[in-house]
Amino acid sequence: MIPAAFDYVRASSLTQAIELLRDNPDGAKLVAGGHTLLPALKLRLAAPELLIDIRSVAEIKGIEIGETHVKIGALTTHSELSASEPLNNVFPIFRETARLLADPQVRNRGTIGGSLANADPAADWPAVVLALGAQLEIVGATGRRTVPAEDFFLDIFTTTLAPDEILASIQIPKPKTGTRYAYRKIRHPASGFAVVGVAIAVRMLDGVVDEASIGITGATNHAFVGKEAAEFLTGKALTRDNIDEAARMLSENTECLSDRYAPAEYRANLVRVELGRALLELSQ
Amino acid sequence: MTISQGTRHVGQPLKRREDLKLLAGRGRYVDDLKLPGMLYMAILRSPHAHAKIDSIDLSLARAAPGVRLALSGSALEDRIGPIVPNWIIPGSKVPVRRVVATDRVRFVGESVALVVAESLAEAYDAIGLIEVEYDVLPAVTEEQDAVRGDAPQLHENVPGNITTFYKVKGGDYEKANREADQVVKLRVVNNRLIPTCMETRAIVAAPEPDGTLTVYIGSQVPHMHRRWIAETVRIPEHQLRVVAPDIGGGFGAKMHLYPEDLLCPYLARELNAPVKWWETRSESHQSTSHGRAHTEDLEIAFNNDGRILGLKVSTLGNVGAYLSNMATGGPTVNTVNFGTGTYKIENYEALSRVVVTNTVPVDAYRGYGRPEGAYIAERAIDAVARHLNLDQVEVRRRNFIQASDFPYRPYGSTGVMYDSGDYQALLDKALEAFDYEGRRGECEALRGNGIYRGIGVAAYTHMCGMAPSRRLAPGGFDRGGWESARVSIDSSGRATIYSGSMSQGQGHATSLAQIAADVLQIPLEDIEIVQGDTRQVQAGHGTFNSRSMAVGGSSVHVSSHRVITKAKTIAAGMLEVDEKDVSYSAGAFTVPGTDIAPLTFSKVARMAYVGHKLPDGVAPGLDETVFYDPTGMGAPSGVHMAYVEVDPETGIVDILDYVAVDDVGTLINPRLAAGQIHGGVVQGIAQALFEEVSYDSESGQLLTGSLLDYAVPRAEHVPNIRSSFQQTPSPTNPIGVKGIGESGSIAAPPCMVHAVLDALSPFGIKHLDMPLTPPRIWAAIRSVREGDAR
Repeated sequence: MIPAAFDYVRASSLTQAIELLRDNPDGAKLVAGGHTLLPALKLRLAAPELLIDIRSVAEIKGIEIGETHVKIGALTTHSELSASEPLNNVFPIFRETARLLADPQVRNRGTIGGSLANADPAADWPAVVLALGAQLEIVGATGRRTVPAEDFFLDIFTTTLAPDEILASIQIPKPKTGTRYAYRKIRHPASGFAVVGVAIAVRMLDGVVDEASIGITGATNHAFVGKEAAEFLTGKALTRDNIDEAARMLSENTECLSDRYAPAEYRANLVRVELGRALLELSQ
Repeated sequence: MTISQGTRHVGQPLKRREDLKLLAGRGRYVDDLKLPGMLYMAILRSPHAHAKIDSIDLSLARAAPGVRLALSGSALEDRIGPIVPNWIIPGSKVPVRRVVATDRVRFVGESVALVVAESLAEAYDAIGLIEVEYDVLPAVTEEQDAVRGDAPQLHENVPGNITTFYKVKGGDYEKANREADQVVKLRVVNNRLIPTCMETRAIVAAPEPDGTLTVYIGSQVPHMHRRWIAETVRIPEHQLRVVAPDIGGGFGAKMHLYPEDLLCPYLARELNAPVKWWETRSESHQSTSHGRAHTEDLEIAFNNDGRILGLKVSTLGNVGAYLSNMATGGPTVNTVNFGTGTYKIENYEALSRVVVTNTVPVDAYRGYGRPEGAYIAERAIDAVARHLNLDQVEVRRRNFIQASDFPYRPYGSTGVMYDSGDYQALLDKALEAFDYEGRRGECEALRGNGIYRGIGVAAYTHMCGMAPSRRLAPGGFDRGGWESARVSIDSSGRATIYSGSMSQGQGHATSLAQIAADVLQIPLEDIEIVQGDTRQVQAGHGTFNSRSMAVGGSSVHVSSHRVITKAKTIAAGMLEVDEKDVSYSAGAFTVPGTDIAPLTFSKVARMAYVGHKLPDGVAPGLDETVFYDPTGMGAPSGVHMAYVEVDPETGIVDILDYVAVDDVGTLINPRLAAGQIHGGVVQGIAQALFEEVSYDSESGQLLTGSLLDYAVPRAEHVPNIRSSFQQTPSPTNPIGVKGIGESGSIAAPPCMVHAVLDALSPFGIKHLDMPLTPPRIWAAIRSVREGDAR
């Protein structure tokens, strides 16, 4: 359809964007890539009075490979994440995930910050940042805070972000040598979103799992960490039996969503199958 | 590729001449039109599937900025006639369809009121201000539910929600049933689809200074639209000009008469200003016609050797809330007439019931009825093979109509005749291209390793290019079966061809020119094709039913010949020889056996227009118009095969290979022909594997209201398609062609379903309904495995 009328401001700094948010507590929306907001505007499911365009806010752009952390600006597009050699040298999972995310048009415009802040229960990046143990840097009127990814997603389309806060960056601790990653996803045939997506990071030492972490998306109201399964695997070899047991554990402990396309039992099955396959991939 | 003069153009895989414009973004679509003073219409649509309209308050909308007009249905009732279907099977009960609902709405998306404003945004803002009070009524969306005794009734004059009963009978089914070794029953569902075009519908109606009206519309049938708009809005037809510019896909959805097609012309005259409407994607899902939506019950009587003795079919065709343009013809003539497919099933009995429900009207979509008909025949033959544990290929062979049987009338039908074909040869070609034996062995071997591969086969035939005209009357089809072509040669010997066909992506600018180039023997570059303007093109029926090459192409062929006949007369005069001694080859008139110098076509054309030396009784000019009415309909056929692997853990289907061997008679352009097969197969794969419209059966809400929920095929969903052809010329037209546009979407759905069922055969799964989504396949496997565990 055709959006309702709105005012538009292109913010030039984070401070300005936050001020605008604070001054328009009910009627302002941030727009970056616009790939979630613009369709909602067109359908008049959203009708904000003010759009604050943050695409020119330089301070939340770009990828920095630091000594201890990798810092990804919230405005970094999916394509940029996929294209960055320095990033993928450290975390090849970014390219692996971006490749499965939507289509080239969306990847060229959509941003990782937008994806995380929107917290679509079937988005890809939430699973990845959870598996990587990322810290999310949030800036608001009262200052700056950092939230572990695990505490960021609260419910469907709901995060810990306050109305006058902006997700500024994603900070990921650099991995120990030998950590390997996998992202697997079953795409919805229409939307391309994850019916279920599984991100894992696994480090093997002397033939057993030294560290493992698991992020799951698509299955429930919001992406979550598969803690029990990861703990189960720690100290064990990635044998078929151990993999099956971890996958079964995760699947059985997950209360899955049901919708017209995929009933809960199917999603629970995918959690099991996809985690099993992701682990198998890394065991070889 | 250029073709030297004198070489045949027909049969050459030329690239499309129209592509550069379209690919470079220089196509001109209706929405590209921006006329001075243009106003915009927006429609308020019903949010309820079934409701009485208690009141409509337009006052706020009328007072809104930029609004020129806001109307509800009652203001239009006497001004625009009801929308009348163009194909009414005799005996049908036709519900009244107002252009805008007056007292009752019957589907989510039905028009309730409209606004015309100075900008699109103002029009949309204003429809948000219209206040409507509804009294919600119970709704029914599924065809099986609608025919139950206690179902909500949609129309007073349609008792039981059935508009049409249609029967077909040949031989003696009951006898076959008694005599057969076995009888199997099967219910198959043909899932409801949305014919998704890249370009949604759009229309601009513009009053001209001379009092006439021009309507720009993405129409597959511009002359039909002129007639329908003229009759329904009561505008003298000769004062109405319909222009169809470039069209971004039609697939049948753009050949009907929709409310907006009538509202824009009416409002443009009322307001004396151009009025534009274009459809948003969400509107398209709930107001442009849907496709398919059938349930068929089959009863198959067969012997233990796989021979089918008889087939009984009961069809429920869901046509939505009102009878759209051709709605009564789809589930009836177009479906059950073809229910025996490529097989010799002499005892056949079918009853089709056309059912109204609280859903978007259902009408033609690529194949219209023939995919449903082929699905009946193919699911039946495959069920027999699976039931008897016989090879699916062998059972088809045993039942095929043989090459020596043509022309063949299935089950002694008077209405259906397959003109030509050779199904065994098609099958042999497909088996070879596919490596059936090798892959059969591969499937068996891999099953031991828990890898589930399957092979699908589907054969089809149907009839297309509805004709001749006089035979369309008894079926209630209110139009002719002819097509017109005017071949106009200018004084330089170049041709402009005005065709009543209407390309929506088929490539007529190339293929029609190839036909003409062979007869006229002039280069392709010297031929322009004009379509889609009723003021330029004399008359026509447009493009649907795979008719454009068989009927439109034949009319170009015949009128080109008439041009040459006249040119020969003129040439004889110029050469001062007898006409019968003149021959025409390589673009020049010669007198064989003499030393008379060849006379080029362009010199003759020049003479035709200066008229200085024409034989007695010959009028100037070189310009011929033909209304070509075929003697019958061609019957394309084909065998498609698919190779799939099903992941039993996720239910995901991986298509490993797809082979299509089609017989569409003489190929005009093999490249375009392969393109037609590819496109149709892609749509057919989508129907089989994931496309499906869903309604909430209680509330009647459309659940697949956007492309976020409704899956259309993308590159990632489809395999490499290997297309090849067999050419059995049709005796029904002078160029021997048969329709091709619908072949792929007819063959692919059963082919894919059979491949998946073959892969699932180790689980004992014999039937699943489309679409075969991963969750559906997984659930079927799981229920078998759980059954085994108990």
